[in-house]
Amino acid sequence: MDTGKTLFESQCGSCHGPLGNGGKGANLAQPRLRRATNDQALLGIIRGGIPGTEMPGSFLTSSQVASVAAYVKTLGLVEPEEIPGDRVRGAQVYASLDCQVCHSLGGRGGITAPVLDDVGARRSAPYIREALLAPEASVPSGFLQLRVVTRDGRDLTGIRVNEDGFSVQLRDFAGALHSFWKDELATLEKQWRRSPMESYQARLTPTQLDDVVAYLVSLRGDE
Amino acid sequence: MKAFLLLVSLAVCAPSSAQVSYDRILGAASEPGSWLTYSGSYGAQRYSTLDEIDRGNVARLQTAWIYQTRSTQKFEVSPIVADGVMYLTEPPSDATALDLRTGRPLWHYRRSLPQGIVACCGQVNRGVALLDDRVFLGTIDAHLVALDARTGRVLWEVEVAEHTGGYAMTGAPLALDDKIIVGIAGGEYGIRGFLDAYDPATGERLWRFWTVPGPGEPGHDTWSGDSWERGGAPTWVTGAYDPELDLLYWGTGNPGPDFIGDVREGDNLYSESLLALDPDTGELKWYFQFLPHDVHDYDSTQIPVLLDADFEGVPRKLVLFPNRNGFYYVLDRATGEFLVGKQFAKQNWALGLDENGRPIENPETVADRDGALVYPDDDGAANWYSPTYSPQTNLIYQNVRETGATYYLADATYEPGRIYMGASRRPVQGEDPAGFLRALDALTGALVWEIPVHSPPWAGLMSTAGGLVFSGTTDGDFFAADAETGAVLWRFQTGGGVYANPITYLSEGRQFVAIAAGSALFNFALPEPAGRRGAFPPWAVGIVLAALLGMVAGHSLARSRRA
Repeated sequence: MDTGKTLFESQCGSCHGPLGNGGKGANLAQPRLRRATNDQALLGIIRGGIPGTEMPGSFLTSSQVASVAAYVKTLGLVEPEEIPGDRVRGAQVYASLDCQVCHSLGGRGGITAPVLDDVGARRSAPYIREALLAPEASVPSGFLQLRVVTRDGRDLTGIRVNEDGFSVQLRDFAGALHSFWKDELATLEKQWRRSPMESYQARLTPTQLDDVVAYLVSLRGDE
Repeated sequence: MKAFLLLVSLAVCAPSSAQVSYDRILGAASEPGSWLTYSGSYGAQRYSTLDEIDRGNVARLQTAWIYQTRSTQKFEVSPIVADGVMYLTEPPSDATALDLRTGRPLWHYRRSLPQGIVACCGQVNRGVALLDDRVFLGTIDAHLVALDARTGRVLWEVEVAEHTGGYAMTGAPLALDDKIIVGIAGGEYGIRGFLDAYDPATGERLWRFWTVPGPGEPGHDTWSGDSWERGGAPTWVTGAYDPELDLLYWGTGNPGPDFIGDVREGDNLYSESLLALDPDTGELKWYFQFLPHDVHDYDSTQIPVLLDADFEGVPRKLVLFPNRNGFYYVLDRATGEFLVGKQFAKQNWALGLDENGRPIENPETVADRDGALVYPDDDGAANWYSPTYSPQTNLIYQNVRETGATYYLADATYEPGRIYMGASRRPVQGEDPAGFLRALDALTGALVWEIPVHSPPWAGLMSTAGGLVFSGTTDGDFFAADAETGAVLWRFQTGGGVYANPITYLSEGRQFVAIAAGSALFNFALPEPAGRRGAFPPWAVGIVLAALLGMVAGHSLARSRRA
């Protein structure tokens, strides 16, 4: 078990948290894991990652994979984390804010920011709290704000949809898609670690913050 | 006989038998309409003297035909073209012959694979070798198969190594005079590497050169204890051959376990080396070890590019080697003497090279429990995909990956057929990994121009006498650049990542360029001249012309029937 714990702390901990209770990566300290629904699936994910997500595969040997899996299963034996706040009140707080201008939930809302349907399964409560207070400290990998200036002088900022050697596609904050060949652009500025989201520090009372975090953590994509 | 066959093939346009002798491969430069060996010629420059497609007209290049595989695995093939037929492999270990005029399959060889195949990096295959009337295929279960080039029927097959021990074959064999040279993969599984030669008629093994010397052999003392038994040093990328010196050149991969050096103290010969072997006996004539005691999994299994040139005023026989470790090397290929070592990509594992070309390593990049940041990552600055050298520009072109990763040391316990690497990696976050097509001065390695290509590339390159370099991107673009300036003159979005090397050939007198992308093989050509097959069916052309032009129409119909 020690090997599993050591491997987990060195290789999984920076996303899933040293205690496995989540961060940028999913909270694993829960009895039922959403993707790793059985032992086989858990081994497969540790070995091969989850394609299309931030979860990478590993070079671990089969016995190392097995020991990490065994350790991950012990994480679920702990008591669920106490989250202060009331999720029902949090839902009302969420509805009263402008989150849905960019984010969507249950198919409703904006399309420039990540979907929140299952944010509670992907992110821990401390991570969500941090994201609300200091959004630029927790920009997801793959999410990139771009500023482009075309050769004819149009100046646009938006979120990168795709890019290759010759072209780039971005969506502005009004939701409109723009596609450019790179030779049409005078400037292509990649604003890493920038977020269009503003801090909610001054806009929420401590109770409201607790409530909205409780609400978001309860969103697990299974309702 | 050969002349007769050529006449026959010209007459019927689709010969039933390919007779690709050793002499034809030797003289590949004199028949640029074919693509007779993996790198286009034994010198491995992947340069073609075909010039119908050139800087002036490449912008009009268009898709002529496409062949779709049935596989979703990476499609890494570099096809062989001879006598109206294209020979390719499809992942995992299948082979196909296509009619060059129509793109239609002539035969398929579909291999049933056993359960439990291990392959670090996908069940891929990079192509066949053709010799006389036989097609040679190395398989992911480590067999060498000889097929009848006319039918795809199996003539013989031999087990090169036991696949359950982590051995696999992904590279194209190299056909020499009366022998087939094959390398082996498995550097991530604690194999003991080798290079083999087989009799093309019978499959009998002619020689084996162990890339990790056994007890009593020179170099054995560069491995501590019994570490040589699992020493790696695979040979999974096709080499080159100099018929004048009669030397076979072949690169070797990483020692095992990849990231843990303590268990294999010493220089670990002949891992991470370029070998020069006598092709008749497998005897080692010289070697140059790029990276003694590698702990970063930088296989030195790139394509050795042979070049005769004046070097510092003296005519020399050179070998050019853009290494996965981020340094560009020039060696004397008669002696193995180190001449040039020049950094061509972002790297932090070496503080530099000494006067003999030996790296001065940066100890801070060795994987540990807390993680060590390394550039390039273990996919390297280069990899198996081919560079190209153009004699028109005296530049060597290389697709370059600039991606870093943090390596965490882990245990490595040897079990046959199991990963034996000793670290896990985490990609660098918060930046795009970078990719470039770079043109380097062939004799100095100095950067002349570069094209940023966004995602780190996995595509090889080809240059032509049309003044062009062809390349692909991981994001699905296939493009042609001016070999002199790096200006992109034509591009095409294939819809699938390019993990393959381009080739070019003639079919019915027209130049084509072929590239595998996604699961399909694309063939490009300039638009056909008016009046030929293409835009309108021949009968429509005939009716229109007959109505309008009388005599001329007869001529047009005759052409259409022949086409």
